[in-house]
Amino acid sequence: MANDPIQQFQINKIFSLGEVGGVEFAMTNSAIFMIATIVVISGFLIMSTSGRGLVPSRWQSTAELIYELVASTLRNTAGTEGMKFFPLVFSLFTFVLTANLIGMFPYFFTVTSHIIVTLALALLVITTVILYGFMRNGMGFLKLFVPSGVPGAILPFIVIIEILSFLSRPISLSLRLFGNMLAGHIVLKVFAGFVVSLTAAGAAGWLGAIFPFAMTIALTALEFLVACLQAYVFTILTCVYLNDAIHPSH
Amino acid sequence: MSETNKEQDKTKELDSRLEDLDAKLAHMNQKSEQTNKAQHGTGANASGLAMAWRLGSEFIAGVFVGGAIGWLLDTWFGLAPWGMIIFTLLGFVAGMLNMLRSAGKIAPPGQ
Repeated sequence: MANDPIQQFQINKIFSLGEVGGVEFAMTNSAIFMIATIVVISGFLIMSTSGRGLVPSRWQSTAELIYELVASTLRNTAGTEGMKFFPLVFSLFTFVLTANLIGMFPYFFTVTSHIIVTLALALLVITTVILYGFMRNGMGFLKLFVPSGVPGAILPFIVIIEILSFLSRPISLSLRLFGNMLAGHIVLKVFAGFVVSLTAAGAAGWLGAIFPFAMTIALTALEFLVACLQAYVFTILTCVYLNDAIHPSH
Repeated sequence: MSETNKEQDKTKELDSRLEDLDAKLAHMNQKSEQTNKAQHGTGANASGLAMAWRLGSEFIAGVFVGGAIGWLLDTWFGLAPWGMIIFTLLGFVAGMLNMLRSAGKIAPPGQ
């Protein structure tokens, strides 16, 4: 079914890599596009930074632009101390951005439209926050859950609510990216499907197909925007959470 | 006589201080309003959509996590249905808190 809007998210096995403990490890289209994402990022960065000109070439200034964007975001939200997490944040940003943009090619697979991928990324962030928070602040990290100036009678409730609010962070972080990519691609496919079904209905159909076609073009532009925006939102929230690990109470 | 005069002076002084404070407050409110407007004005469509997604996912995540923890407590300790009822409600509250926080209406955690 070429018109099925969900079919594009199907995970297909390309070849098997063998079994580990009764669970099959297979090379899927998702894995291949993840590798492609990493190859594209590495290739781009290696190529653009190989010149190292004092006066940057076009490629080099693009790479510098991305570096500056991530570095200034991190510095503004988590302070200069947060810069030790720069490799993590930069990798996350480039991975999400490139995966989103690769997904914009027709017939390509969108890695970030699967919640397992986005959840893994979000859990990586939150695990880093928890581990580093305890490593740096010891038990002082728990102050994050105890707001100051709260009367003792309602403090237990507030603490439980704060803990729930903290635990919901990886969920909301992953849900947002996944939801945006999934919904965007489905809507795009549905409108593109209208064009196909209408053109099958003869001359009047061809005329009517102009409207969904215009909509598809507009949505494609919107999807490019969403792809970049969501990568940025993911990054900025990562920085905000890392800031909590560095300064649990400021 | 002199006593009442002194008191009048005091009230006058207080009044003038109050007026000063009012003027200062009005000025500050205006300033923050202006910055708020400036922030909301930029790319209203795209950032509005992003904001909607952000707030929605924050809220859903809160309720979801609350419900999941309640369900786990139920199955572990046989508290059914109380764990799920109470923790879904608490998750609702946490979702609201997250939402208001990401909208910038409440101070961030640890403050």
